[in-house]
Amino acid sequence: MKLMINGNETESGNNLTVSGLLEDLGIEPAGVAVEVNMNIIKKCDYERHALKDGDAVEIVNFVGGG
Amino acid sequence: MNDKLVIKGIEFKSRLWVGTGKYKDFEETARAIEASGADVVTVAVRRTNIFDSKSENLLDYIDPKKYRILPNTAGCYTMEDALRYARLARETGVSDLIKLEVIGDEKTLFPDVCATLQATEILAKEGFIVLPYINDDPVMAQRLVDAGASAVMPLAAPIGSGLGIRNPYNIKIILGQAVVPVIVDAGVGTASDVAVAMELGCDAVLLNTAIAGAGDPIAMAEAMKHAVMAGRLAYKAGRIPRKLYATASSPIEGML
Repeated sequence: MKLMINGNETESGNNLTVSGLLEDLGIEPAGVAVEVNMNIIKKCDYERHALKDGDAVEIVNFVGGG
Repeated sequence: MNDKLVIKGIEFKSRLWVGTGKYKDFEETARAIEASGADVVTVAVRRTNIFDSKSENLLDYIDPKKYRILPNTAGCYTMEDALRYARLARETGVSDLIKLEVIGDEKTLFPDVCATLQATEILAKEGFIVLPYINDDPVMAQRLVDAGASAVMPLAAPIGSGLGIRNPYNIKIILGQAVVPVIVDAGVGTASDVAVAMELGCDAVLLNTAIAGAGDPIAMAEAMKHAVMAGRLAYKAGRIPRKLYATASSPIEGML
């Protein structure tokens, strides 16, 4: 299926959860926040939130700022 | 003497708050923050680099157990964007504090006061500790407090300008009426600007560029630490009134 991750169109396998996606990307769930189609996914839901074809996923963390 | 800054029951060690932007690298950021003595550090919310999971993370250098992380909504030009960034920031699980910025103009980076007010009301209702960035406008400061702001953060001058406090009288008026802490945010250039803000009675100063952009950021961070302490002490001590003419310090009595 196709996912739009942080503005990049990517091809992913089916049956992927938010947890699975973060693991595939090598990103630690601590310290990030995730949005799917503009809705924030709570950390406790990463394991069960299944991603669908065409989903827009945003993964953010903190960077230097004033 | 307990002279700690307290906001919504949170006690802060230092009255100097610092940003983490514009440094050469994370190592310099960490060293400057250490030298400043600050315990609140601001951060921005941005997309994670999904192509390089090995890239370094700011929070590897700024330990959230040691420093209180204050996420901002910098770069947001609408209320909706600011709400989105604030909610994402909280979801990281690091902080309920939010430095609310809704920018109204690209050139001055002055705030959009209407959007800032609306966003403050919504975020405060959602349980955020909202610290809005505003103009040095006493009326707006009051409106924000009414809307649920836990502190107000008037600018000294445009962000990154280094111009220092452009309108100390307005800051003084804000201080006179505010029932929440007043934190001067943005525009200070050097240690004396910070001391002036503290001497006026401000509760804290938040700055970034004045340290990060200095020739020697570590030395400037230390200077800022002393400036905040000196300014606060002078404010507490109570300065002498300004007079137009001289008053001799030595007695006339006993003169030959």
